[in-house]
Amino acid sequence: MKFERPLTKNIRPGALPLDVHGYEKAGGYQALRKALQAMSPAEVIAEVKTSGLRGRGGAGFPTGVKWALMPAPDQGAHPRYVIANADEMEPGTFKDRILLEGDPHLLLEGMILAAYAVQANIAYIFLRSEYVLASTRLSQVISEAYLNNYLGEDILGSGFNLELHLHMSAGRYICGEETALLNALEGKRAIPRAKPPYPAVSGLFGKPTVVNNVETFCNVPGIVLNGSAWYKDLSRTQEGGTKIYGVSGRVKRPGWWELPMGTPIREILEEHAGGMQDGYRLRGVIPGGASTEFLIEEQLGVPMDFENVQKMGSRMGTGTMIVLDDQTCPVGMVHNLETFFARESCGWCTPCREGLPWVQKILSAFEEGEGRHEDLKILEEHTRLLGPGNTFCALAPGAMEPLASALKYFRRDFENHIKEQCCPFRSITDSSSHIGLNTLKGGPRRYSSG
Amino acid sequence: MLTEIEAKEISSELNRYEQKSASCIEALRVVQRHRGWVSDEAIVDIAEYLEMTPADVDGVATFYNLIFRRPVGTHVLFVCDSVSCWIMGCDKIKNHLTTRLGVNLGKTSKDGSFTILPIACLGTCESSPVLMIDGKTVSNVNTNILDEILTGLQREDTQGKTA
Ligand SMILES: Cc1cc2nc3c(=O)[nH]c(=O)nc-3n(C[C@H](O)[C@H](O)[C@H](O)COP(=O)(O)O)c2cc1C
Ligand code: SF4
Ligand code: FES
Repeated sequence: MKFERPLTKNIRPGALPLDVHGYEKAGGYQALRKALQAMSPAEVIAEVKTSGLRGRGGAGFPTGVKWALMPAPDQGAHPRYVIANADEMEPGTFKDRILLEGDPHLLLEGMILAAYAVQANIAYIFLRSEYVLASTRLSQVISEAYLNNYLGEDILGSGFNLELHLHMSAGRYICGEETALLNALEGKRAIPRAKPPYPAVSGLFGKPTVVNNVETFCNVPGIVLNGSAWYKDLSRTQEGGTKIYGVSGRVKRPGWWELPMGTPIREILEEHAGGMQDGYRLRGVIPGGASTEFLIEEQLGVPMDFENVQKMGSRMGTGTMIVLDDQTCPVGMVHNLETFFARESCGWCTPCREGLPWVQKILSAFEEGEGRHEDLKILEEHTRLLGPGNTFCALAPGAMEPLASALKYFRRDFENHIKEQCCPFRSITDSSSHIGLNTLKGGPRRYSSG
Repeated sequence: MLTEIEAKEISSELNRYEQKSASCIEALRVVQRHRGWVSDEAIVDIAEYLEMTPADVDGVATFYNLIFRRPVGTHVLFVCDSVSCWIMGCDKIKNHLTTRLGVNLGKTSKDGSFTILPIACLGTCESSPVLMIDGKTVSNVNTNILDEILTGLQREDTQGKTA
């Protein structure tokens, strides 16, 4: 099947990204020219609004609506800011890296268009510092963009000014939460802020600010150049555009693909990821990064978009899925996830700071053969206590999504850990991870995680 | 005292933000780039330079995973231990590393050449397991590849010393 790939058409795996001239030759910066010459900022916002573009950072907030929340330029404070969230640290997620490394000018063009739309004059790219290659390439394209007057003063003679800086994070998952990100950019501890006020009203240094995900920005040039009707047509469902989907785990061809929005999960797994590796069966899928609920085999016909996956009780999240196979322990997998969340909790609010380590310890006890029936109840309680509305930000509720769904779909596995007083999967995988395997038959098996 | 180069690098950051203290993280990164880690003295120096209190600077330094408040080895190895890498066997890699280098996660080998640290998803999950060694990402790692890399680094180091 042939379809347009507006986000990745310039990306050749293994090859260098296009420089400014290559990017221009491929039609780049045409959207910016069009907007600056023939569209008012309000018209750009309106086009993005009608396109139906929803934020690709995981929450799916409508982008045009977010931009329209910015106060009118003659009302709010100045300067106004636009920020690209390139912190990508959600386990299992690697889609922004593809865009950052593969076509960095596309991100710049999207950001410049957004800045024009909301009349911001300063922009930052907030990049996690492990993305070393992306940082080199971004620095390169930023200086090219200044040299060619896509950034700086009086851009392309339009009277619009924009300075853009690359900010390297010092590493912490919570920095990706948009208000924590603002604190990180201000040089503070990255603790989330209370909302409201929303960043549109009081963001970076208390000024009106728009924060969007990298992939969100990359959608903008296509929408501006070709219009919202074209954009909607790209999709297989109600939600417009294309999406970068990714698959990791024991499939034949783990990787990423830009596909029409709404491509069914099963199709992505089978046609693109090549199905399961020989000798492995699929048991479940986490559809959109660590903080989304498991889906099971029967549900995989679902079109992968925000609305449809939500109807299944999960979320599309980042659109990069993690496959659970039949030889990997679901309890161990959830233990791994909760270890991550407990470690990365910022510690600001009590339920998350205290609750996540507790959850982690209980799951660890299950893996060590010391799980008890009462523990299942405690875990279930936590999925409510740390759920939406009870914590200061969405980290803890996100952490509860895989746990709650695992308790629902893989209950039998939890129970087997209790009954057999060990992790039943250890003998199958014989993973050397679990050193110090106990020699007593059937007794608890201990491991040191080092 | 901040060296002349450090001060120059930090000062070039200042005009990128509305407030002086916003350069704090970049200042910590600059010092770490030159010295490998951030000592108590460096915290005080940065605080003075940015007109902050040392406690505020330390509060920031200790918050972030990639600012080292203790000396690290010549080579820093990050092992991704997040979910995709876990499924694909990062525990095996971790154990191989700790056994071969005789040092636990979070620690530096006796000869001071290697520090091994766990790290969250390196965003290369399609090629897991993944490591980051001295700022370079190594994907699809297995124990053979790991041995090759470690031997290579150890050889370079001894050659460097004798040269
Ligand atoms: C703990 C946590 C981590 C997050 N990490 C990221 C991230 O790395 N990148 C990202 O774009 N959004 C991340 N988000 C979502 C952001 O808060 C925000 O919704 C997003 O950047 C908005 O952009 P969008 O509207 O374009 O999706 C995170 C949210 C939470 C709660
Ligand atoms: S939920 Fe967790 S990460 Fe979010 S503010 Fe509370 S402690 Fe911090
Ligand atoms: S989980 Fe290891 S790179 Fe993503």
